[in-house]
Amino acid sequence: MGAAVATHWTVHSRRFEASAATREPAWVRGILIAIALAFFALFLLLPLVTVFAEALRKGWGVYFAALVDPDARSAIFLTLLVAAIAVPLNLVFGVSAAWAIAKFNFRGKQLLTTLIDLPFSVSPVVAGLIFVLLFGAQGWFGPWLIEHDVKIIFAVPGLVLATVFVTFPFVARELIPLMEAQGQEEEEAAIVLGASGWQTFWRVTLPNIKWGLLYGVILCNARAMGEFGAVSVVSGHIRGRTNTMPLYVEILYNEYNFAAAFAVASLLALLALLTLVVKSLVEWRGRQELSAGQES
Amino acid sequence: MPFSPRIVRALLAGAAAFMLGAAHADVTLLNVSYDVTRELYKDINPAFIDHWAKTTGERVAVEQSHGGSSKQAQSVANGLEADVVTMNQATDIDLLARGGLVPANWRKRLPHDSAPYTSTTIFLVRKGNPKQIRDWDDLVKPGIVVVVPNPKTSGNGRYTYLVAWGYAVKKGGDEAAARDFVTRLFRNVPVLDGGGRGATTTFTQRDLGDVLVTFENEAVLIQRELGSAGFEVVYPSISLQAEAPVAVVDTVVDKKGTRKQAQAYLEFLYSPAGQEIIARHFFRPRLDAVLRKHTRQFKPIPLFTVDEVFGSLDQAQKIHFADGGVFDQIVVNRP
Repeated sequence: MGAAVATHWTVHSRRFEASAATREPAWVRGILIAIALAFFALFLLLPLVTVFAEALRKGWGVYFAALVDPDARSAIFLTLLVAAIAVPLNLVFGVSAAWAIAKFNFRGKQLLTTLIDLPFSVSPVVAGLIFVLLFGAQGWFGPWLIEHDVKIIFAVPGLVLATVFVTFPFVARELIPLMEAQGQEEEEAAIVLGASGWQTFWRVTLPNIKWGLLYGVILCNARAMGEFGAVSVVSGHIRGRTNTMPLYVEILYNEYNFAAAFAVASLLALLALLTLVVKSLVEWRGRQELSAGQES
Repeated sequence: MPFSPRIVRALLAGAAAFMLGAAHADVTLLNVSYDVTRELYKDINPAFIDHWAKTTGERVAVEQSHGGSSKQAQSVANGLEADVVTMNQATDIDLLARGGLVPANWRKRLPHDSAPYTSTTIFLVRKGNPKQIRDWDDLVKPGIVVVVPNPKTSGNGRYTYLVAWGYAVKKGGDEAAARDFVTRLFRNVPVLDGGGRGATTTFTQRDLGDVLVTFENEAVLIQRELGSAGFEVVYPSISLQAEAPVAVVDTVVDKKGTRKQAQAYLEFLYSPAGQEIIARHFFRPRLDAVLRKHTRQFKPIPLFTVDEVFGSLDQAQKIHFADGGVFDQIVVNRP
């Protein structure tokens, strides 16, 4: 179904491209491209270059020393750990939510769709405060947690919770339109042919959504590693223990340790660039598979 | 999928190594402190660990958390398990006393009202002092641009406000005169940064303002770190003694069983060795012998205390910095 839509679109656009009368004049295109490139250079490329230039201003020695510092290593490790827990959780949640919303009709579906978007509209700082109010010593569950010696806020669980909250919508948001566009004919066919629910999911639904899913996971991961506001509120800022990379960058900057701050920031930027590369690869593979599907 | 079993295993192994790494000491203390003490405790902690190992044979580790003083106190009240808090204003520890984490009489548990060192508010001007800024009167002159952090959110800014008020009172002014003086001062402040470090960045990195009013330790540190070529420290004729109080957090140490070590940690700050380290970080030590040794660094100027002029910091807080207080009225009414 999705393949059919895509085919239709490419044919249409090819025809559109072919007609000279509907094409923009060369100078309009030129100006548009120039504006886009200038904007890109000014707002994206320049800051990125600055990060690396500042990071390396005192040389490679200082750069690497900043990254192998025990506090830096623990910040890097913690960031990866939090992402490694938060992203799979949101993967499971996102697939189930998208599945429920796209394939079934039930009361309150609209409400659920709206709720999924909630973390996008709530300020991350407020998101962090929610968890302090829930799990902090003076919060709703505070006394019970203290009694049972469970630490959530100012420890790794709090960081994970805040990150999960903030990255909640990414996977679901990516999948819902895709699954809605695909409809449920293929699943219905599978069920009619005798497949069980699980079989339908693994053999029919998942292959259909896998590129969209991967794309959502990548976006989710990027945000999970870069999140600052919500995590800052619940972290407690214990050096070498509850500082994630973004928090550590801020601390170093406030300590006039500019070279180290930018070194860690550049590592974050590298992780982001890596994510982008993986994202492009995924998109490319997705498109390839799509066109391969059309040819067969 | 991005999470193959191998990656998960590697992560778990990393987590295990991380946990073990943190657990090699017999006892771990957490010191929750304010923004600009990182350099200080980076030197204090190893010295204390050494001292404790020599006297008791026990290995302690000290973890640090830094941030805005009031925000940090709030975190401790919300369950951040600090064995000790080392703040820059007594009101932040009073907050913990209200929450029952420390007893109401916490000030009396250590010498000098539980403040092992002090600092004072002074000026940092641009090289050569082009605007000839020498004293508090110069700050209120028209056309002078003053950089001060926001007194609502920063202890540093709060002390600047209070010392300006106190200066006007000490000169024989009444309340109206003091209010007028502070109003004119804050009329010269174009932006109010959230904290001391933010104000420093505004003055030094963004090149904004003729004078930065901040703590002595911060001003001297800037001069050292960012090169004395660009800046000069100016001592006004009189200033305020800003006490940096410390306390053991009773609820935490009783639960963790770390009272002995936490208490010793704070007492170490009062010891000659601790005081020497404190002085080297441009905080004014309490021990006379150490202060005399560094007399060139700590220019003796007349200092008054908050209690002298305002009764207590808590009272000053209520009258001047609470919502709708004098500071709000001044800032709102400025033309």
